[in-house]
Amino acid sequence: MPGRRFRLDLVTIFLWLLGGGLVLLAVVGSFLTLTQGRISPASWQNLIIAGVALGSVYALIALGYTLVYGILFMINFAHGEVFMWGAFTAFFAATALDDAGVMDSSPLVAFALVLATAMLVSMLVAILLERIAYRPLRGAPRLVPLITAIGASLFLQYTARGFYGSGVRAYPSYGLFDGNLQIGPIRMSVEELVVIGSAVGLMIALYFFINRTRTGRAMRAVSEDKDVAAMMGINVDRIIVTTFAIGGLLAGAAGILYTLLFNQVNFFMGFLPGIKAFTAAVLGGIGNIVGAVLGGLLLGVLEQVGPNLFLSGYGIPSPNQLQDVIAFSVLVLVLIFRPSGFLGRKEGV
Amino acid sequence: MTDMLLRRALFSGLIGGMAGLHVSLVGMVGTFQSRDLIADVVTVGTIMPMLIAILVGWQAGGPLRSAGLVPGPRDALALGAIAGAAVGLILAALAFLIVTFDINGILANARPALAEILQFGQGPLVGSVILILGLGLFGALGATLHLVPAALARAVTIGGVVTIIVALMEPFLGAVLRNVNLDLIEEFLYASGGLTPVGFVLVFALTAGGVYAWARRGGEVRERVAALPPERRRIGKLIWFAALGALLLLLPQIVGQRLSEVLGTVGLYVLLGLGLNIVVGFAGLLDLGYVAFYAVGAYTTAVLTSPASPAFSPELPFWGALPFVIVAAAFIGLLVGAPVLRLRGDYLAIVTLGFGEIAREIFKSAWAQPVTGGAQGILSIPAPLPFENDPQSIYYPILFFCILAAVAATSLASSRVGRAWNAMREDESVAEATGVNTTNYKLLAFGLGAAFGCVSGALFASKIGVIFADSFNILVSINALALIILGGMGNIAGVVVGALVLVGLPEFLREFAEYRLLIYGAVLVAMMLLRPEGLLPNRTRRAELHEQDDIDDQYEEEAGGGTARPVVT
Repeated sequence: MPGRRFRLDLVTIFLWLLGGGLVLLAVVGSFLTLTQGRISPASWQNLIIAGVALGSVYALIALGYTLVYGILFMINFAHGEVFMWGAFTAFFAATALDDAGVMDSSPLVAFALVLATAMLVSMLVAILLERIAYRPLRGAPRLVPLITAIGASLFLQYTARGFYGSGVRAYPSYGLFDGNLQIGPIRMSVEELVVIGSAVGLMIALYFFINRTRTGRAMRAVSEDKDVAAMMGINVDRIIVTTFAIGGLLAGAAGILYTLLFNQVNFFMGFLPGIKAFTAAVLGGIGNIVGAVLGGLLLGVLEQVGPNLFLSGYGIPSPNQLQDVIAFSVLVLVLIFRPSGFLGRKEGV
Repeated sequence: MTDMLLRRALFSGLIGGMAGLHVSLVGMVGTFQSRDLIADVVTVGTIMPMLIAILVGWQAGGPLRSAGLVPGPRDALALGAIAGAAVGLILAALAFLIVTFDINGILANARPALAEILQFGQGPLVGSVILILGLGLFGALGATLHLVPAALARAVTIGGVVTIIVALMEPFLGAVLRNVNLDLIEEFLYASGGLTPVGFVLVFALTAGGVYAWARRGGEVRERVAALPPERRRIGKLIWFAALGALLLLLPQIVGQRLSEVLGTVGLYVLLGLGLNIVVGFAGLLDLGYVAFYAVGAYTTAVLTSPASPAFSPELPFWGALPFVIVAAAFIGLLVGAPVLRLRGDYLAIVTLGFGEIAREIFKSAWAQPVTGGAQGILSIPAPLPFENDPQSIYYPILFFCILAAVAATSLASSRVGRAWNAMREDESVAEATGVNTTNYKLLAFGLGAAFGCVSGALFASKIGVIFADSFNILVSINALALIILGGMGNIAGVVVGALVLVGLPEFLREFAEYRLLIYGAVLVAMMLLRPEGLLPNRTRRAELHEQDDIDDQYEEEAGGGTARPVVT
């Protein structure tokens, strides 16, 4: 068909114009902001550190998406709810510990206990999700598990609402984590340090688990080729459950770190972080573990710095309202220009 | 009784118990306690555990296919009773827990009132015994459905379900009956929000009897209809259509003001469903940001028609703004459609979801305030018809666009375009290889979907008169998606049924409204697990989704050499 090629090109041109326009807007905006000098270097630094802290939370959630995607090639849309359940349930552990005075007397023990509760609950929810909603549908047409995942997401959200109530609950604070720190030239809050430190610790643990243990090797084998892995005597079902469980553990931890940054939980808190973590996973190349971490960090920083850098130069009022717009525009741009992400295999999406 | 059957009964009981815990702790049992099923006899909250027990008993008493075991009559009853009693035991434990420990601080609905409902107000000991024995009895009742002839069991089940629905629909049916001056029937059937005992028996007997009679005689009637000469059949069809048309036109007068309002909302969702159905059901592109189209339609109308629109207010009439709405739809369809052209299903879902959120945030932001009013929204949007804006007259433009959309969708589905979409949905590469220009057809699907969504949004804006950015959240997309999935993807009657059930029902069943999204979630999962083709399936769609079953059936037939039955595709 002669007309065909031309029409396809039109779409490409449109996309490049759209993408190029957005990038141009961002560049001009940054230039304007920087030349106007409205924001002091110290505030830039604060924004970046806040971005890294938030980004490491996104990274932990994104790991769950990427691990599952690497094995099943499906997006676990309900992963944000797994994150929420851990944080919400651990709220009750935290208040109980607070009432008993453990939060102040030995905050590290309290933190470890709360973290463990959240991780266990999230793991349980993730395992149940796989068992009830996803396993019976393995091999169904693509849209079917995705719709199930949306349904499961709603179900989990509103079950939490029914069980725990619809109000926003404020997390008690750990006595030790208040205040600020000065590390060389960098100034950050203790909470941010704890968030970044815990996230890094968990990522290192995950790295060793995947690369050094038998189960990790089995996971890699299953993600390469399920059938061959099964022939080699690997119990594929068990590996899939393990993957969900690990994703759940990380999401639960992310939930607690998120509450350190924002101090509150409610039943709806999983929605936005869930989508943003997915964006992070796509940004880094879905299925790629290092990519998920980098994508999370990048997205966190962009979200904090972006509105101020790109938009305030144009004199747009309260640019931080448009934070999520920036995050999603990044997703759209990545999918236009490099759909396989930064570190993804070049198979296209 | 073998171990396997017993284990299954206990397992079913456990699952049922979990379901019982869930509905209790989520608060449904407590909320529905205020609704009578049979006036002053039994409440909806009380029958929930009983229904679970019946279901579980039915499951436990049936044949175990995987092992080829069929329990005898006495065993079946015992198994059903065991499963039901297991449900009772778990719920009794919950009630005990609530009374003994203070878990209300964690679980918002674990209140003493819940324990009282579960123990029938008889105190912990007697109440628990009643609960366990009673649910055991209901479990056995469920198992008896396997023991009576199939036609009878079916009639009783359908009769029971219909009766419960008729009782729940009291706010709706009661209002309709009063509106058309049939107060006598209303007083006879309903009292204090539920059916009267006589009404209950009557409705049950009529439905169950009707279903049973149809099962025995229905074949003859159908044969007689099939034997009619073609022109008589055509006349029959015409009468049928005319009656349907007349009903649709008179509906607002029949149901009255308050319910016309609900009908209007249902109509808006039918329109949304028809549009989303083109994108998801026909073309197979899972769009989760459909609300963006709805929002663009609503805002375009609001800005162009409302005298209160902030920056720019030409104050066009509704129909004058409509062409601009269509142009905006084409533009937004292209804007959303083009970037996602090359994305596969799940990526597409998330990116479109992102678009939906972007649209809402931009409309709401202080930056867009000069045009969209920001968080204050836009007020005093005029109605589409020149006279007063009451729910009964706004119904007609909505109906008009619904019919237009339904006709367009039906003719598209069976056209060359529809077939191209089908091919694309099933396998994009193959479709492309056979000469389907997937780029164009995808953009066409998005464009048409956007047009339907935008028109629905425009009607929404002028129906409601006031719009705020927060009305256009993800839940609109989820509603639209849930209704096309419940009704059956790719099917127009399905969209209407889905909209009536998912949007209409909760509007006047206020008790449901709180659990609406919980139920949506459960419906989506259950539909995908049990009946992915929806309630009213499209025939080809059904065949596609059950391809594997048919192949399995064939294998069974070949291997077992049993009675061969034709494979329906």
